[in-house]
Amino acid sequence: MQFMLLFSRQGKLRLQKWYVPLSDKEKKKITRELVQTVLARKPKMCSFLEWRDLKIVYKRYASLYFCCAIEDQDNELITLEIIHRYVELLDKYFGSVCELDIIFNFEKAYFILDEFLLGGEVQETSKKNVLKAIEQADLLQESKHLEGQTTLRWGK
Amino acid sequence: APVIAAYRRPRERRPAEARARPGADATAIMPAVSKGDGMRGLAVFISDIRNCKSKEAEIKRINKELANIRSKFKGDKALDGYSKKKYVCKLLFIFLLGHDIDFGHMEAVNLLSSNKYTEKQIGYLFISVLVNSNSELIRLINNAIKNDLASRNPTFMCLALHCIANVGSREMGEAFAADIPRILVAGDSMDSVKQSAALCLLRLYKASPDLVPMGEWTARVVHLLNDQHMGVVTAAVSLITCLCKKNPDDFKTCVSLAVSRLSRIVSSASTDLQDYTYYFVPAPWLSVKLLRLLQCYPPPEDAAVKGRLVECLETVLNKAQEPPKSKKVQHSNAKNAILFETISLIIHYDSEPNLLVRACNQLGQFLQHRETNLRYLALESMCTLASSEFSHEAVKTHIDTVINALKTERDVSVRQRAADLLYAMCDRSNAKQIVSEMLRYLETADYAIREEIVLKVAILAEKYAVDYSWYVDTILNLIRIAGDYVSEEVWYRVLQIVTNRDDVQGYAAKTVFEALQAPACHENMVKVGGYILGEFGNLIAGDPRSSPPVQFSLLHSKFHLCSVATRALLLSTYIKFINLFPETKATIQGVLRAGSQLRNADVELQQRAVEYLTLSSVASTDVLATVLEEMPPFPERESSILAKLKRKKGPGAGSALDDSRRDPSSHDINGGVEPTPSTVSTPSPSADLLGLRAAPPPAAPPAPSGAGNLLVDVFSDSPAAQPGLGPSPEEAFLRFVCRNNGVLFENQLLQIGVKSEFRQNLGRMYLFYGNKTSVQFQNFSPTVVHPGDLQTHILSAWPSPAPPGLPVDGGAQVQQVLNIECLRDFLTPPLLSVRFRYGGAPQSLTLKLPVTINKFFQPTEMAAQDFFQRWKQLSLPQQEAQKIFKANHPMDAEVTKAKLLGFGSALLDNVDPNPENFVGAGIIQTKALQVGCLLRLEPNAQAQMYRLTLRTSKEPVSRHLCELLAQQF
Repeated sequence: MQFMLLFSRQGKLRLQKWYVPLSDKEKKKITRELVQTVLARKPKMCSFLEWRDLKIVYKRYASLYFCCAIEDQDNELITLEIIHRYVELLDKYFGSVCELDIIFNFEKAYFILDEFLLGGEVQETSKKNVLKAIEQADLLQESKHLEGQTTLRWGK
Repeated sequence: APVIAAYRRPRERRPAEARARPGADATAIMPAVSKGDGMRGLAVFISDIRNCKSKEAEIKRINKELANIRSKFKGDKALDGYSKKKYVCKLLFIFLLGHDIDFGHMEAVNLLSSNKYTEKQIGYLFISVLVNSNSELIRLINNAIKNDLASRNPTFMCLALHCIANVGSREMGEAFAADIPRILVAGDSMDSVKQSAALCLLRLYKASPDLVPMGEWTARVVHLLNDQHMGVVTAAVSLITCLCKKNPDDFKTCVSLAVSRLSRIVSSASTDLQDYTYYFVPAPWLSVKLLRLLQCYPPPEDAAVKGRLVECLETVLNKAQEPPKSKKVQHSNAKNAILFETISLIIHYDSEPNLLVRACNQLGQFLQHRETNLRYLALESMCTLASSEFSHEAVKTHIDTVINALKTERDVSVRQRAADLLYAMCDRSNAKQIVSEMLRYLETADYAIREEIVLKVAILAEKYAVDYSWYVDTILNLIRIAGDYVSEEVWYRVLQIVTNRDDVQGYAAKTVFEALQAPACHENMVKVGGYILGEFGNLIAGDPRSSPPVQFSLLHSKFHLCSVATRALLLSTYIKFINLFPETKATIQGVLRAGSQLRNADVELQQRAVEYLTLSSVASTDVLATVLEEMPPFPERESSILAKLKRKKGPGAGSALDDSRRDPSSHDINGGVEPTPSTVSTPSPSADLLGLRAAPPPAAPPAPSGAGNLLVDVFSDSPAAQPGLGPSPEEAFLRFVCRNNGVLFENQLLQIGVKSEFRQNLGRMYLFYGNKTSVQFQNFSPTVVHPGDLQTHILSAWPSPAPPGLPVDGGAQVQQVLNIECLRDFLTPPLLSVRFRYGGAPQSLTLKLPVTINKFFQPTEMAAQDFFQRWKQLSLPQQEAQKIFKANHPMDAEVTKAKLLGFGSALLDNVDPNPENFVGAGIIQTKALQVGCLLRLEPNAQAQMYRLTLRTSKEPVSRHLCELLAQQF
């Protein structure tokens, strides 16, 4: 996989993950172009399209579009399920995830993604294992949390 | 599907976004759930940004925050870790919104050495997203990573590995590429560390393969395929798949391991693999990856392994027929992902007719599936099946479904796949049907794909034409329906074919004449019509309805509406008419003489009018007839249209056509237009097609309407200039030994062409750099390098200082001149090193400049007697070099002669008593000395061998010339 983008129906970018080296300018250009292309597509259209020399696989969940760019030899259907598994991971972690969770906890969305995909390849497909890694980290920080901080915290 | 529906559930418990108002209590506007450690300040800031009513307000709020963070970072009070983390996180958020961040890197690096996990984690995230090439920082970052890798704390190690994998820079590769294989195969590494290490290494290898040396660890990596932990296997397969592509032998044991792993997964029950089962499908990601890995190798040789694999593939095909275990789309997607990958492997092997036909039938079922995604993929996958001789016929049985898809699919990307498949399944038996369906589709086709459809129709019509009248009809229909999308290549091609085939010329003239009757016809039609009537109008002149004056006035009625290029072409048609039909001479001279022509503001038109008018007045009928004679047939070469389609689609696009093995008859019937490897050439659309170059000076060459195609033009005389991806740099270099012009290098981005000339010990080389992309190359800087002490032997330099780091626009070409001087004899060529940035990524390549010692050859004629005398004088053993070698090319005396002449020596007839042999002589001119050279080449047609003997006055030169020349036959 070359990159993954999450954006809203209004075209706001919510998460971007690049697995190939590109300049910031090029990233912005690609993002603009793809957001436009994908948003212009109608609901019943197929989830794949050719774009430059890549294949785009995308799917909409509620207000968010998940969009992956894969190479010619890559498998479209399994990419669609990569997206779904990522949504499941977010859902399990946040408890019924919505766009707001990803906006306010964007760093968590990146951490979860890193446990699941690394260097553009699937690293761990087990939901349990991925979430175990993330929750361990949360625990680590809860137990050692800083003295004197009075952040409001909501239990899980 | 239910799962998705669940995500769309109304969310009562979530505070409505509308509640977030400026000034409201901060706690109220944060999301109800904040996981882990909530950073309250961050949440407030994000809320504020979301509440900004305008872009300006957002920028204002951001600037305020940046100022605040800057002052905190600069302040006297040391920040605690939490604050530092919070501010770094805010900066990251601002960056991800699309704003530039130019500070905070140091604070992020400080976080890396925190022993609090979340602080470290945020530090790493910031570094991963905002890498900075500041070398001081890189050193600090690498230091922190090094510490974490050595910490033996698996969570810290994973964070560090993730960071390396996310950044993937060369600097990191240099620092860690040697350590990571060790971590990957260490017995005591935790599973999660192994997983991250495998993919981290993969990323580094992709970025800089030279930094990852294969070694003892490779064998142990292969054995990770046997690991108990499915996650480790999943990560390792990706790494192995990438590594084995460049080192297939080092990894070939992975085939049997992958087969047995796959077999265990495929045969496991749907719940055996617990958390690795996905919607009742066991380990779909791993299965797909294993099938991908197997596609890097040919079918297993070991019968037992192969048997087991075939069993797996059959099981997958069988399972596709079983009722689904779940109605969820995830179940069917995962299952079908494996199925499609299995089919890809079957196609890759292309050796099991039974499996290929089963695959085809399975895809046939999908063609009518209610899921658009499956229809799309089935069309795509069938395209590759169509090129296998075993399944081509099976694919053809679905023609009606595919045509229907082209007509009825609502999604353009699916229709495009259908068009691709029709193109791939086309052969002589169904060409007429497919071409007519594609033509019909063209009338309503989306603009984005019209040009491609036009090219495809043009190629199929040419390739499968049995009678050429059908071909002519088809192309004229193309122009009628989609004239704007008919590129030059297409209408040039129809002219080439009509010119080369006299059986179709009369029909073509009649048909274009009729087509031109239409009140509004496309300008491309006028061009084709003008050219064809100018050449073959006489064939229909007997019919009073198309008598010469009628033909002329029909063409001239379009003249004023046309562009300059077309008008220039029509003027050439008119002068040809004067020759064909003397009765039109007065009328046409009147037209040429008119002020609107003779004083036309366009130089080209003016010049043509003046010259044609003079030509028609001063030349005798005989001279006129010679000058304006019918065009000779065009040399056969690859269809320029096919080349264009390949350029559009990348290599392999024309495969369905190149692949003539299933249709051997096509060579006989359409042999004249068949591409053959030896005559492949870059098309030359503007050089000779419109033909007036054959005429003597009065006729100016036509204005090339495709003036952008300069590069193509330059190489039109070079049969080796291949379109698409050319030969390897080494092959290209060798081709230059016997020739001075051609394409030196070509890849997806860049084409480098060379034109050169040599005289005595001097040479001049023109280098043409063509940017094939639509994106600008930055800092384009070519340099010449003389390794070692080569500079004392040969000098190659830009005449004036080469402008460093030019931008080269997309589609543009830049030219450079190189002056060369040969000082003494030399063996290795200078190097051309080209560096530039493409889309931000640095590109570099180094090529051998095609300057070899033989370029400085001066041919010497001599009589047999002199030759033998000199031959004897050079009889010291070290003066002679000899090679006996097998012919790599067909042994053709004419080609051999051309090559020897191109090599630079004179060819001496009547010297060798055996007329089959070739004898040559010449002097190599260098500044310091001259080297006399004699050569003899003895072909042995029966054995398909040659013996080549070189004698020169300088020993290394004999050997070197002998080696260079031996590689040419």
